[in-house]
Amino acid sequence: MFELNDPLIPVIGEVTDIRIDTPDIKTFRVVTPDGKKAFAHRPGQCAMLSMPGVGEAMFSITSSPTNTEYMEFSIKKCGCVTEWLHSMEVGQQITIRGPYGKPFPVDDEFVGKNLLFIAGGVGLAPLRSVINYCRHYRDRYGKIDIVYGSRSKDDLLDYNEIISEWANDAGVNVHLTIDREQEGWDGHVGFVPNYVKELGFDTDKIAVLCGPPIMIKFTLNGLYELGFDKTQIYTTLELRMKCGIGKCGRCNVGSKYVCKDGPVFRFDQLDELPDEY
Amino acid sequence: MQAVTREILINKAAELLGNGTVDRVFGWKKGEFSYDVTPALFTTREAMDADFVFGDFCGANFSKYLVAETRKEGKVLVFLKPCDTYSFNQLLTEHRFDREKVYVVGIPCSGMLDTVKIKAVAEGIASVEDNGDRVTVHSLFDGDVTVSRNDMLPDRCKNCKSKKHVAYDELIGEDGEVIDSGRFDEVEKLEKMTPDERFAFWQNELSRCIRCNACRDVCPACTCEKCVFDNPDSGVENKAAANSFEEKMFHIIRAFHVAGRCTDCGECSRVCPQHIPLHLLNRKFIKDINEFYGDYQAGAEVGSRAPLVNYTADDPEPAEAVERSHHDA
Amino acid sequence: MRKISLDRINDLFAAIAAEFRLYLPVDTNGGARYEEWAEGKILSDELNTVRSAKDFFFPQTENLMDFKTEGKKIEIVDTRSETEDFVIFGVKACDVRSFDVLDRVFLAEPQDSFYKNRREHSLILSMACAKPHETCFCTTFGIDPSAPMGDIVCYKTEDALYMDAKTEKGAALLKKIESITVEDNGEAAEKQKKVIRERLEKLPLHNLTADRFGGDKTAEFFKAPEWKELSASCLGCGTCTFVCPTCQCYDIKDFNTGHGIKRFRCWDSCMYSEFTKMSAGQPRLTQLERFRQRFMHKLVYFPANNDGMFACVGCGRCLSKCPIQMNIVKVMKTLGKGEEKNV
Repeated sequence: MFELNDPLIPVIGEVTDIRIDTPDIKTFRVVTPDGKKAFAHRPGQCAMLSMPGVGEAMFSITSSPTNTEYMEFSIKKCGCVTEWLHSMEVGQQITIRGPYGKPFPVDDEFVGKNLLFIAGGVGLAPLRSVINYCRHYRDRYGKIDIVYGSRSKDDLLDYNEIISEWANDAGVNVHLTIDREQEGWDGHVGFVPNYVKELGFDTDKIAVLCGPPIMIKFTLNGLYELGFDKTQIYTTLELRMKCGIGKCGRCNVGSKYVCKDGPVFRFDQLDELPDEY
Repeated sequence: MQAVTREILINKAAELLGNGTVDRVFGWKKGEFSYDVTPALFTTREAMDADFVFGDFCGANFSKYLVAETRKEGKVLVFLKPCDTYSFNQLLTEHRFDREKVYVVGIPCSGMLDTVKIKAVAEGIASVEDNGDRVTVHSLFDGDVTVSRNDMLPDRCKNCKSKKHVAYDELIGEDGEVIDSGRFDEVEKLEKMTPDERFAFWQNELSRCIRCNACRDVCPACTCEKCVFDNPDSGVENKAAANSFEEKMFHIIRAFHVAGRCTDCGECSRVCPQHIPLHLLNRKFIKDINEFYGDYQAGAEVGSRAPLVNYTADDPEPAEAVERSHHDA
Repeated sequence: MRKISLDRINDLFAAIAAEFRLYLPVDTNGGARYEEWAEGKILSDELNTVRSAKDFFFPQTENLMDFKTEGKKIEIVDTRSETEDFVIFGVKACDVRSFDVLDRVFLAEPQDSFYKNRREHSLILSMACAKPHETCFCTTFGIDPSAPMGDIVCYKTEDALYMDAKTEKGAALLKKIESITVEDNGEAAEKQKKVIRERLEKLPLHNLTADRFGGDKTAEFFKAPEWKELSASCLGCGTCTFVCPTCQCYDIKDFNTGHGIKRFRCWDSCMYSEFTKMSAGQPRLTQLERFRQRFMHKLVYFPANNDGMFACVGCGRCLSKCPIQMNIVKVMKTLGKGEEKNV
C-alpha cells in the first residue's frame, strides 16, 4: 500500500543559487537532485522546506508557476529553521514537499481586471509569484499597479528585478517607498498605507495586500476610505503549521485551515472567521 | 465529614465581601456529580448560594492560583486547608505573589475523599454521602454500598502531615497540630527494595505516563513563567512520550527541581490521569533532606532557608552523603 | 450469533491470538489499558480504558521517516512497513465511533498512509456496555451503547460471551473460531440490550443534547462571555486532549539520535501555549482562547466540515480525568443555557 508517497514524506531539493536580497532576506533557488522543478504550483501556493534535524517550516513559493525550471523562496531570517537556511551554501540539499494551499484566483476572478498589489517588507515574497504570473500572461489582465515599501532601500526585496523588469513593462506602474529619508534615494518616503492614500487609486480594480499586520490594518482602512469593498481585497495569512494538509490542527481558525483553505483569503471571507489570526 | 459547612463559609465570605475586605472569593463550584468540583471565583452572595460547594471533594490546593489572582486589581479571599497553607508560605518565600492582595481564611480539613477509590466501590455513582466514619455510595444500578471513610482517603490524607495552619488572616474552627504521620513508610518500602526491584517499580509506574503535564501544571512548586520543557530553545522541549525519556528524565528532573521546595501537598498524584504515585518521588527527597540536614518542612514558615540552598558548618560532607545513600540502597 | 461460555474465554483469546495480534483491556494499578494478549492476561471488567483506543491508529509517538545526512547530501529513508492484521477486543460504542471521527481527518485527501495502514489491518470486536457510568453521554451524539459498530459486536453476560458478525471480515473471523463456539439464537443479547436501554434512562446526563451546537454556530458562541468563567481555572495541561478518543492534533519534530535523524510525530494539544506560537507572534494569547478552541472545534468547526458530525463521542474520559473537573458537558450546559431534551 506504500506505492504512493505519504503527504508528510518530502523529496530532496538542492539549492542551486542563493541571492542576498536584503540584510535579513535571502532568495534560494531549489531544484531536485536531477535538476528539475520539484513540482508544479499555482501563484500564492506554499511549500514545506526542511533541514533534517533542524525542523520544517512553510514558505511561500516566490517564483512564478510559469517558470518550469526551478522554484525560488525568499526567506527572512526569524527563527531556527530560517537561521539554518540562511547559513546554507550552494549545493546544500534540503527537503521539500507541497504545493500547499489555495492559490490566488488568477484564472477566474482576476481575469480582465485591473490589479493593485500592495506589499510591505518581506510581504512582497508571496506576491512576487502572482505578479510575475500576471506579467507573463499580460493580456489577460488590465492595468497593474504595484505599491511596495520597506524600512530602507536596502530592505527592498527583488529591487533589481523591480527596476529592470517590472517597471519597464507596458501597463505596469511601480510605486516604491521607504520609511525614512536615505542618501541615494530620490523616490517616495513614507509608510505604505499613507502612500496608497496619496496615490488615490480608483476602485475599478482588485487589491492584493501582503505585509506586517499593522501595515495591513492601516492600508485596509485607506482602501475602504477610497471606496474599495471587502470583496475586492485579498491577502494571505500566516499561522504556525506542521502538516500542511489540514490535519495537525495548528492553523485551524474557525472551520478553516490556513494551510489548506488559505493562505489566500478575500477580506469578506475573513470576516466570517473568528478573529484569531 | 468536614467540620465546617458550606453555609459557614458562605456567611464568612459574604461578610468579607460586604465589609469591603475582599472583592472576590476563590472557592469551589459544584458540578454535575457529587465529586466534580471546579475551582472558581465568586463575587456575590447570590452566586455562592447558587453554586458554591464545600465537602469531601474539595481537595484542590488553591495556593498556586494566587500567583495569577494577585496580578489582578483588588483583594481575593481564599479558603485554605492546613496542607494548602504550606504551599502558600512556600510561594511567599519564593516571592511569587503579593501577600497584601490575599485574605486567607483557614479552614479545618478531615481529609478529602479519593474519587478513584469511590469509583472503585460501585459502578455508576449517583451520589456520595458522608456519615462521619462511614461513607455511603449510592450507585445508579446496584443500590447503596457503605464503606469505611478512612479507606476512601488518598495517601496524602491518610498520612496527613499537619492539621495546623501555618498561614492565615483568620481561622474558622480550632486549629490542629502537626502530625507525626507515617508518610515516609511507603518511601522506606521503596528504599528496602534492591535497585533492580526499585527500577522495575518505577518503570512500571512511569510507563503509564502520557506526558499531559497535569502534575507540573498543578504543582505549586512549579511556577516558572516558562518551563524548560516548554522552551523550544532548551533542547529538552519534548512532547513525545518516549518511554526512555519519560521514565528517566521528565519526572526525575521535576523532582529535582522541586526538591527542598515541595511541601508534599500531593496534588501531583491527585491529578495524574494514570494514577502514578508521583508524590513518592518527592517524599524520597524530603526524607533524604531530613536525614542529611535535619528535619525541614518546606512552607512551615515564610522565608526559611531550605537546606539545599543554605550552607552551614554542620552540613555533612558530600562523601558522607554518598555513603549514606549507598547504605540506603 | 455465536456463543462461548466465559470459563472458556481464554480458549477464544488463544484461538484469535493464534492468527492475529490480539489486544484487549487488562487491569493495571492505574486503571484498565489495552495490552497484547498472552497466556495469563485477564480481560478487565472496567467499563472502559483510561486511554482511548485511538492509540491503535494514531499512537502517541511514531516515527515518520529517517534521514541520513553526509556533507551537503540528504537521504530520506522510508521506514514504513505494512502492518499485520490485528484484533482489538472489547472496544466500547463510543470508541468505535471515535474511529469514524478520526477517519474524517486522516483518511480525507491527501490520506495519511501511517494511519490508513493500521486502520485497514484492524479488526474491531466491540462490546456492548452492560453497565454505563454516570459520566457517560454517548447517546447525546446518537451512539447506542447497546449496539456498537465494529466487525463483530460482543455481549458479555454473567456466564457467556455472544458474538455477532457485522462485516465480512468479522464473519470470516467467527468462521475461524467456529469449532470452539456454538450457535446462539440471540435471545441473551436482546435481553442485555433491553437492560442497557433501561439503564441509559437512569444516567444523569441522559438528556443532554447537542442540538444547540453545529457548524453554523461560530458567530453565536465564539464571543460568548461565558468562556471567561469556563476557562478561568483551566491549568492548560493536556489531560483532556490526551485521554480524548477524538483529539488528533499533532506535532512533527526531528530528533538527532547521533547516528541519524528521526522525524517523528507525537500528540499535541491546543491547550498548550506553544501550540500556535510562531516566531512572528501568538494568535491565542491566553488560556481562554486555547480552551475555547478545543470546544469550538468539537462542537462547531468540526461539524462544519463533516456533515454535522460532532468531534465528541460522550465517552466521559475528560469528565473523570480533568484535574479541575471542567469538561465538555459543563461547556455545553453553560453555553446552551442548560438546555436539555424534552423528557
